[in-house]
Amino acid sequence: MVESSGGGPAAGKVSESGAATTDWVWQAGPRRYGRVFLTFVRNSLVRAMGFRTNFWLECISSSCWTLMNLFFFKIVFSYTDSIGRDTGWGENEFFVFLGTTWIITSLIQTFIMPNAQEFSELIRTGQLDFALLKPIDTQFLVSFPQIVWSNLANLALGVVLVVYAVVRLVTTSEVPLVVGPVQVGLYLFFIGCGLAILYGVMIAMAATSIWLGRNQTLYTFWFYLTNFYRQPMEIYQQGWVGWTLWGLFTFLVPILLVVNVPARILAEPLRPAVDSWTWVLAGMALTAAIVVLSGSRWVFQAALASYRSASS
Amino acid sequence: MNPALSRMRLWWAIFRVSLEERLVYRGDFAFGTLMRFLPMLTQIFLWWAIFDAMAGRPAAELPGQVPVATADGPDHAGSPVAADDTVSTETVPTETVPTEPLLTETSAGSRDISEVRIKGYNLNDMIAYMLLVMLARAFSSMPGLTSGIAGSIQKGEVKKFLIQPVDMLGSLLLQRIAHKLVYYVIAFFPFALVFFLCRSYFEAGFPSPSLLAAVILSLVGAFLLGFAIEACLGLVAFWLLEVSSLAFIFMLLSFFLSGHMFPLDLMPAPLDWMIGLLPFQYLAYFPSAVALGKIQGDALVTGLIVQFVWVLVFGVLCRILWHRGLIRYGGYGG
Repeated sequence: MVESSGGGPAAGKVSESGAATTDWVWQAGPRRYGRVFLTFVRNSLVRAMGFRTNFWLECISSSCWTLMNLFFFKIVFSYTDSIGRDTGWGENEFFVFLGTTWIITSLIQTFIMPNAQEFSELIRTGQLDFALLKPIDTQFLVSFPQIVWSNLANLALGVVLVVYAVVRLVTTSEVPLVVGPVQVGLYLFFIGCGLAILYGVMIAMAATSIWLGRNQTLYTFWFYLTNFYRQPMEIYQQGWVGWTLWGLFTFLVPILLVVNVPARILAEPLRPAVDSWTWVLAGMALTAAIVVLSGSRWVFQAALASYRSASS
Repeated sequence: MNPALSRMRLWWAIFRVSLEERLVYRGDFAFGTLMRFLPMLTQIFLWWAIFDAMAGRPAAELPGQVPVATADGPDHAGSPVAADDTVSTETVPTETVPTEPLLTETSAGSRDISEVRIKGYNLNDMIAYMLLVMLARAFSSMPGLTSGIAGSIQKGEVKKFLIQPVDMLGSLLLQRIAHKLVYYVIAFFPFALVFFLCRSYFEAGFPSPSLLAAVILSLVGAFLLGFAIEACLGLVAFWLLEVSSLAFIFMLLSFFLSGHMFPLDLMPAPLDWMIGLLPFQYLAYFPSAVALGKIQGDALVTGLIVQFVWVLVFGVLCRILWHRGLIRYGGYGG
């Protein structure tokens, strides 16, 4: 297995250099990107499986943090029956929300964060030069090469929690939840929107290290972002501080839409149907995803334009 | 020269070097400390939403507020004491006329948010607790201590302490005290600012001199206990070499069992007294609860004694591990 995957990157290189001799721009189709991405997947899997015990330890430790989070809310719900007055975030509804948070966070930490961090490092060391020389879109090349598979443990936990909570809502709730393929489809679609928003924000943040020289605060920034987006937005809707935060994180840096929209669509906290406010938020999430993605593209290009390598 | 005097001069030198070392990045440091309070905002809003939801319901409907343990399920059904603890609005003495909350309760079906209590904590207490935990953790957390000791054992740097007349644990403790002192001097302003902005959450106001003394004592105890426990973990490297997973488990347990996430009073019945037997609570929960006036009188005195007994236990354990470890240790090469 190791041998075949060891041959993988080499084979990829040959075809890349082969393509470089012809006019590669015209061949840069989705298939080519798919193949390069598969190479990333294979390489990172080989790397992870090289230290198997470590891999499992990392899985276990990240699951422990997550389960502690669940335990905290189990305790909270032993004292209250919802988070926020008349918001509809009862225990099971909120667990759909919590599971969705885990799913989104784990996907970002698996696919995006290591690369955003590495991107800052490439800029600092001047190694971005090599990425710029490759006949493939630079943003793609720096966005996906590293995949930290052990972070997917929380994805599995998130899926389990969401399924469990949805089943509870469908079977035991006073106003039973109705879930069909449409809801599931929309849920997945808006998780995609959420991922796009977070990806855009993080890659744009990382790109600013071209101007700032070094961006050590990237993980800190990510930590603060997760702190704000992992709550139902209703909790911010009081007092001028709360409304300011709500406005800031809904319109300016739209991270509150990331989890809230898919979770509201699936859990329908204000049953019997998805309320119209959720659809407004959904429209905003879709718009935000498009705006943030194209905005991050623009920031990335602008930052690259002022890139002046490092050292000699 | 007088040996005691030379020992003092040695300690002073270690202390001064560590002080200067730490003062290099002060600006960055103060800003970082202020930023660390940012997640508190979310905590405040989350707890507000929880208490507000509880206030929106008449007392009898709430699971945690039921005086008789019927609707509460397995958590409290078995122990009448725990059920007694959960009786909150009715039993906790407040300055207001007792009939007033009853009136609002029956007429509007909802209560004033400040009257809603979870195990004796109202919203203000909860937020004040969270702030105090940040303070307690500033004393008891020892970033880099375990990995530092383990690293010097792995790389063989321990040799230096074998040939120099300097005690490793003693000098590490002095370095840590120096670093912490610098930290408090620089972090004083961000802490003072945040506590000033949040002063309304501290319903009891500024603590009385005697209470303040108890708080300071418990914070010193938290510092010493944190140091002793993490030093022990680091010294395990004499046997295991790789202690990072052990350190991680400790971090996880301490985050959970020290009361970092929420007051330990909230823990369900079988867990709360088990956690009471462990040393972790003295790292964060105990100093904070003392400062809030939740632990008073005899309980406070006993708590402080137990805390320092734990310090002694882990301090002695440190010494034993160090001496046993040195017997095992083989330093090769140069």
